[in-house]
Amino acid sequence: MSYYNEMYEGSRVRDPYARLSQWVETMPADFRQMKQAEAEALFRRIGITFAVYGEGGDPDRLIPFDMMPRVFEQAEWRRLERGIKQRARALNAFLRDVYGRAEIVRAGRIPARLVYQNEAYEKAVVGVVPPRGVYSHIIGIDLVRTAKDEFFVLEDNCRTPSGVSYMLENREIMMRMFPGLFRGNRIEPVDQYPDLLRRTLESVAPAKCHDRPTCVILTPGHFNSAYYEHSFLANLMGVELVEGADLFVDGEFVYMRTTQGPKRVDVIYRRIDDPFLDPLCFRPDSMLGVPGLMDVYRSGGVSICSAPGAGVADDKAIYTFVPEMVRFYLGEEPLLQNVQTWTLWKDDDYKFVMEHLPDLVVKEVHGSGGYGMLVGPRSTREEIEAFRAKIEANPGNYIAQPTLALSTCPTFVEEGLAPRHVDLRPYCLCGDRIELVPGGLTRVALREGSLVVNSSQGGGVKDTWVLSE
Amino acid sequence: MLSRTAANLFWMGRHLERADTAARLLDVGQRITLLPNTASGYQNEWNSLLQASGTADLFARKYGEISQENIEEFIFFDRDNPSSVMSCIERAREAGRIVRTALTSQVWDALNVAYQDLRKLEKTPRGKLDTASLTDFTTSHTSTVRGAINATQLRNDGWHFMNLGYGLERADATARLLDVKYYVLLPRIEFVGSGLDTYQWQVILRALSAHRAYHWAYGGDITAGRVADFLILNGESPRSLITSLYEAVWNLEGLAKRYGDTVPNTARDKAREVLTRLQAHNIDMIFDEGLHEFLTWFIGEIGTISTLVHEDYLLGGA
Repeated sequence: MSYYNEMYEGSRVRDPYARLSQWVETMPADFRQMKQAEAEALFRRIGITFAVYGEGGDPDRLIPFDMMPRVFEQAEWRRLERGIKQRARALNAFLRDVYGRAEIVRAGRIPARLVYQNEAYEKAVVGVVPPRGVYSHIIGIDLVRTAKDEFFVLEDNCRTPSGVSYMLENREIMMRMFPGLFRGNRIEPVDQYPDLLRRTLESVAPAKCHDRPTCVILTPGHFNSAYYEHSFLANLMGVELVEGADLFVDGEFVYMRTTQGPKRVDVIYRRIDDPFLDPLCFRPDSMLGVPGLMDVYRSGGVSICSAPGAGVADDKAIYTFVPEMVRFYLGEEPLLQNVQTWTLWKDDDYKFVMEHLPDLVVKEVHGSGGYGMLVGPRSTREEIEAFRAKIEANPGNYIAQPTLALSTCPTFVEEGLAPRHVDLRPYCLCGDRIELVPGGLTRVALREGSLVVNSSQGGGVKDTWVLSE
Repeated sequence: MLSRTAANLFWMGRHLERADTAARLLDVGQRITLLPNTASGYQNEWNSLLQASGTADLFARKYGEISQENIEEFIFFDRDNPSSVMSCIERAREAGRIVRTALTSQVWDALNVAYQDLRKLEKTPRGKLDTASLTDFTTSHTSTVRGAINATQLRNDGWHFMNLGYGLERADATARLLDVKYYVLLPRIEFVGSGLDTYQWQVILRALSAHRAYHWAYGGDITAGRVADFLILNGESPRSLITSLYEAVWNLEGLAKRYGDTVPNTARDKAREVLTRLQAHNIDMIFDEGLHEFLTWFIGEIGTISTLVHEDYLLGGA
């Protein structure tokens, strides 16, 4: 299989990488090692140690940082941006619909079973329309590239996508270590993200809020693997980082406990999952949430971002219908393509997949983090047969996709630069406006030939540049 | 400010000061045992030390036998002892980690380094460690953190909570260290005023890093009255009860000024009252009343102020 190399076309350096190419060529090897050590020391000192959402693993681990940036031209980015915003609008329209009249189900475009029997579908919020009709306020859309103009969406993250602190810190560290690079290239900044996020949150304050809204970030606490990111964002936004026990419900509002008594909270950017939000409504054993929160939410006393129930839009089974959502709600053709997906609960798909297992990637519907998946071309016959048995036991639990020829980016390895596979997670903000900072988190599979970029499977991160005109 | 943030800053201050106290207690005990000793040997001294820190029962249950090694392990490294240096530094760091956004990076660095170094020290074979170096290790690290706080933190309500923690804990600690003296003397009242007595007072001074300061302040001989005066009523002495309490009052006044009428300020009122009563004492009155009785009263009042701080600020009015 041949792969699209984002820097080289044969031996020619593509235009956006021209200056970087000079930079690399004139860089002495010992200088590179020194800078790599410096970068690691900086990360460790700042204390960025966390695993990307749901990946588990050692919470105090550093994700390897690769100093070679990934670059997009302005025109490339504009195309991506339009596609991402379009998709974000469609996902929110879908959420508004399935918690309302469910026209898309009535029209027969999506099977009712996939919506209403979905674990992430919250009956508790049916009929509740959050401010501005926005359910998912921060959408992380994972993209892969296979050719110059070919991008595919791998998955949508509508709940609480993490990793944005990496996007910000990668840039911060690159600017600090190589100011010259930034002077020579015209690179669009990303550090306005926290301000945009705060504005987005303020824009969805409940109607009952008449002053400047008070926003908070709700964290499960300092034992959580993404705690660094929570405190980092709170700090940059200038909002309080609260735990469930800091909040309480009194009458029709939520308050936080402060040294000057109760202070009303209008918008909660929660980084805890639905089942833990409110022990009176969801899991009664949850110590992380706020008793009574959902009543206040339903009566419009507080906004929760993302809204409870938003997860129904980012399921791997629902994923296959997102292009359909774009057509149905927006009347537009999707600008970003889905990866072709076979759903194993359909007989035809099942038959095809079982005949072609060595060529396909098979994933669990609810899995994440690169666990519980089969990469056919990179598996032994025994591994494939073992996985086949798992599929036979529960076909409904799996989807399959072709093995994509993920693009590569030059990456620093022992011997110098070598191509490694990458993906991209931009963060789309939805409030009164839909906004996207130019950039995102590029994850790179550091092992030679590996197509799995998850940090738990040996993935690293890169700074992601969008060049201005 | 979130009540939980304030509580963490308050307890960060208290635990750092408490770590310091643990190390100083160890030093006092160690020096007292070097005396040509009383009839019952060094056991009494160590026991009085544990009594003063309120951990004697815990020690008896866990170790039984009193020995230098057991005591060192218990006061310095033992995580089961909530007042050990290890427990206190660990908790201070934990509190700091939770409220990292309220700390400057210098403060966090100093706190984190203290903890990491302590973890390394923990792995050192005990035979290679002596009491003096353990004490020095602790006081030098806690001073670094304190210095970073003074040099870099914003003078806001968080600053007041941290320093309030320091102040109350220090007042409590000095009172307890003084009380050690009472316990040590208890069995042999005839030592009062003897050379041994003087030496013990000197040990207390040393443990509070105050023996030089004492000489500057009073000159001449060390007497029980002067040392007690220095450590209780002298406003120049940095660890005296009156200085520590004054610091607590000052920070409570700062909070009251900042918060205005939104908070009841009962802690401030109580602290002012205790300070006024302390100022009305002179050292003869204290000895007449009984040093131990006086210290018991004072430690109780500090506990009350601490409880009121919680009620005023740290519960969030819910």
